[in-house]
Amino acid sequence: MKILVPVKRVIDPYVNIRVKSDQTGVETENVKMSMNPFCEIAVEEAIRLKEAGKAEEIIAVSIGNQSCQETIRTALAMGADRGIHVLTEEKVEPISIAKILAKICESESPGLVISGKQAIDGDNNQTGQMLAALTDMPQGTFASKVEIDGDKVKVTREIDGGLQTVNLNMPAIITTDLRLNEPRYASLPNIMKAKKKPIDQKSPEDYGVDVTPRVSILKVIEPPKRQAGIKVENVGDLVEKLKNEAGVI
Amino acid sequence: MTSLFYIEHANGKVSDQSLKAITAASQIEGDVHGLIVGSNIDEAVAEASKINGLSKLLHLDDAAFDNVLAEKLTQVIFNIAGDYDYFLAAATTTGKNVMPRLAAKLDVSQISEIVAVESADTFIRTIYAGNAIATVQTSDAKKVLTVRPTAFKAATTDSAECEVAKINAENIPSISEFVGEELTKSDRPELTSAKTIISGGRGMQNGENFELLDKVAEKLGAAVGASRAAVDAGFVPNDYQVGQTGKVVAPELYIAVGISGAIQHLAGMKDSKIIVAINKDEEAPIFDVADYGLVADLFQVLPELEQAL
Repeated sequence: MKILVPVKRVIDPYVNIRVKSDQTGVETENVKMSMNPFCEIAVEEAIRLKEAGKAEEIIAVSIGNQSCQETIRTALAMGADRGIHVLTEEKVEPISIAKILAKICESESPGLVISGKQAIDGDNNQTGQMLAALTDMPQGTFASKVEIDGDKVKVTREIDGGLQTVNLNMPAIITTDLRLNEPRYASLPNIMKAKKKPIDQKSPEDYGVDVTPRVSILKVIEPPKRQAGIKVENVGDLVEKLKNEAGVI
Repeated sequence: MTSLFYIEHANGKVSDQSLKAITAASQIEGDVHGLIVGSNIDEAVAEASKINGLSKLLHLDDAAFDNVLAEKLTQVIFNIAGDYDYFLAAATTTGKNVMPRLAAKLDVSQISEIVAVESADTFIRTIYAGNAIATVQTSDAKKVLTVRPTAFKAATTDSAECEVAKINAENIPSISEFVGEELTKSDRPELTSAKTIISGGRGMQNGENFELLDKVAEKLGAAVGASRAAVDAGFVPNDYQVGQTGKVVAPELYIAVGISGAIQHLAGMKDSKIIVAINKDEEAPIFDVADYGLVADLFQVLPELEQAL
């Protein structure tokens, strides 16, 4: 079985976000970039399934500019076998990403697609579900546990208020939540080995997908800042303020 | 223009998240119809039919929908999609699961977790874990939206009953099945609807110490939450998590205990009315957003607080 893992290049989660002064977006020039943390979890889960003998090949896909090659290399260094880079300078929306991935699913026929539940830049939380719709596959979103049993996959999902378990026919789409696993770091020898692993370069046109955006960003601003309040001396003061000043208890 | 809003319910009641999110639908010009699914849910249907602003309620009365699966519910909405211009749901784990699947079937983009309706095609949402606020305009004819409940005031349920129409499920795929659900048992309110929340961070040191928070929460009738650091350290389950990768909350009172105030946590709670921070590190960034800060050891403060309440 093949596992397809889409990976996205985003601003590193530990970098402070700066909104551009012309309100057109967020500053990405000279900012440290990394693989989206939820995508790292997806790569790790695919590798664990391969290590457990449930999968033979892991294909990492990234869609975006030339630098996305680095993100694919990171996945290859962690343990993916080969990459597909769909090169485009356009800001591709989840629906178009899903259409390209659906075409790749047609040609690669993976048994599972494992993606992050959301990217930490756009916070859309859409691509996996959209891909599932376009391929008519079932979806196990926000997964905290994945168990393959024959031609079914049992997915434990993080839902509001607890956990839900679903059984999905394969092929299926899984999107990862935080507690699914803890991604490994790539070792130096594996980073060197990854340089020799193949990456196929494609374009959206190769897949016949029009990536013209449907949603335009009119402006991006900083959130209103909250003012720091006062320090209280002790618990007595705190309770008094909450009762009489704020009136919340 | 007509909007279709998916209404969630549990234990005979319409979900508070849905009541809040439906307010966004009411702000869009035109009628709002509701969709509710499940069998033996007369109470919830009766309540839903009285939601202010709803002109018609569709009820799929089918035991196959007592537990909602995205593959099936998406098909139900898709079957009637020709009648509607807008499709909305609260950005709960169900809404997030179902609506993008619907958007792709309709070949449109989805706009996720809107916090305001600007006009018929323009909406406001947060990006980068709440560190930026984007105004976005869609060119799609049919619009699929999820709504951040905490950004809207709950609709009241005291209007006259609207028309309730039964619908059927057709062409439902059977590629997935529901196995079970394990809900965290708690006598206290749900995080996302609680008026008061007390949350613990890495400073709690271990899961047992969360009992100290439980005791205070009991006095306050509060829900207990946690930072991502506390969840990652295994102190408490993930559904306690407040933050961009967990739940976004906006209670009247939020008490952060032993939480440093990482950006990702602040994104989940900074719209709270009053924020209290208790931390022994006076440099902790949580104090920059707190209305009341107490620099002290939480292991001394929590028992004192329990006594004082």
